[in-house]
Amino acid sequence: MALDINTPQAKIVAPPLGVGGPGYYATSFDKAIGLAKQFSIWPLPFATSCCGIEFMATMGPNYDLSRFGAERLSFSPRQADLLMVMGTIAKKMGPVLKQVYEQMAEPRWVIAVGACASSGGIFDTYSVLQGIDQIIPVDVYVPGCPPRPEQIIDGFMRIQDLVHNESQRRRNSPEYKALLESYGIR
Amino acid sequence: MSAIVDYKNVLERIGEKFGAKVHSPEEPYGMLTLKTDKDSIIPLLQFLRDDVELQFIFLTDICAVHFPDKAEKFEVVYHIHSFMHNLRIRIKVALSGEPKIPTAINIFKGANWMERETYDFYGVIFEGHPNLKRILNVDEMTIFPMRKEYPLEDNTRLDKDDKMFGRINVNREN
Repeated sequence: MALDINTPQAKIVAPPLGVGGPGYYATSFDKAIGLAKQFSIWPLPFATSCCGIEFMATMGPNYDLSRFGAERLSFSPRQADLLMVMGTIAKKMGPVLKQVYEQMAEPRWVIAVGACASSGGIFDTYSVLQGIDQIIPVDVYVPGCPPRPEQIIDGFMRIQDLVHNESQRRRNSPEYKALLESYGIR
Repeated sequence: MSAIVDYKNVLERIGEKFGAKVHSPEEPYGMLTLKTDKDSIIPLLQFLRDDVELQFIFLTDICAVHFPDKAEKFEVVYHIHSFMHNLRIRIKVALSGEPKIPTAINIFKGANWMERETYDFYGVIFEGHPNLKRILNVDEMTIFPMRKEYPLEDNTRLDKDDKMFGRINVNREN
């Protein structure tokens, strides 16, 4: 039997909810843009310790984060969509991290990878920030010390869910503005 | 070249010059350890560095120790190294009252950051230091964190219940 090249062999991604017929498909901008953005997230790695090493494995060909559309790391915060904080953040590093976050353009997301970024981890001490959520808002926490690359990818996919499903206008909502206000950002 | 120098020679040379001001020699773990006071430490370092035979020309480290239960609450420790003879010496200075000691910058330039670090963590004042301010900790810090009266744990954390750590009677600041 000859291979039927007209029928796709794998479903790459499900279409957004909408109404379709011969020659047309109608959906909302929110859903179509969310679908596209979900697979073009540019992450900014903020790697300070061992979780950063796990992230390097995550980016490498074995685990291959680029399968999820995060092919292009942005080492400038200005073009980045996702701030990935991986590692212990000392209190002296806190203002630097906050400045990096402030330089990112909206919409922006933050993922705290590992125990240290999430809560200070084992470093319950005077010099270490007890979780980056003390200075910037965090969307997804990945537990582990350090987490496996699979876990980092899972955390990244939760970010994709957020990017996909949240309203394009969420960033204008009073709740979001109040959240940033509570961190003293802008 | 000059003759081989060992700890015995070093002690003799120091004894000739400083007498009883430098005392209590010990060799814990094979490293000569001496004690002196804060008036003799700078001349002693100067002598050890400039002596053509001994040549202790490298300051490895300056640090401090806090003994909250002793009358002399702080001890400043100097480690110096003679590359020529591959010898290291540890010199301890116990400080009573306000922890103040003269700076060693005029002998070893490298003492600058070491003294700042010791100030940062223990609050030891190095008199004559040109820039005695915090070096490693955040500038806003109000405590000297390695002193034993301050808790090691971060006191901004609200999620820790002391009961779970078996220390109901421990006094913490928060």
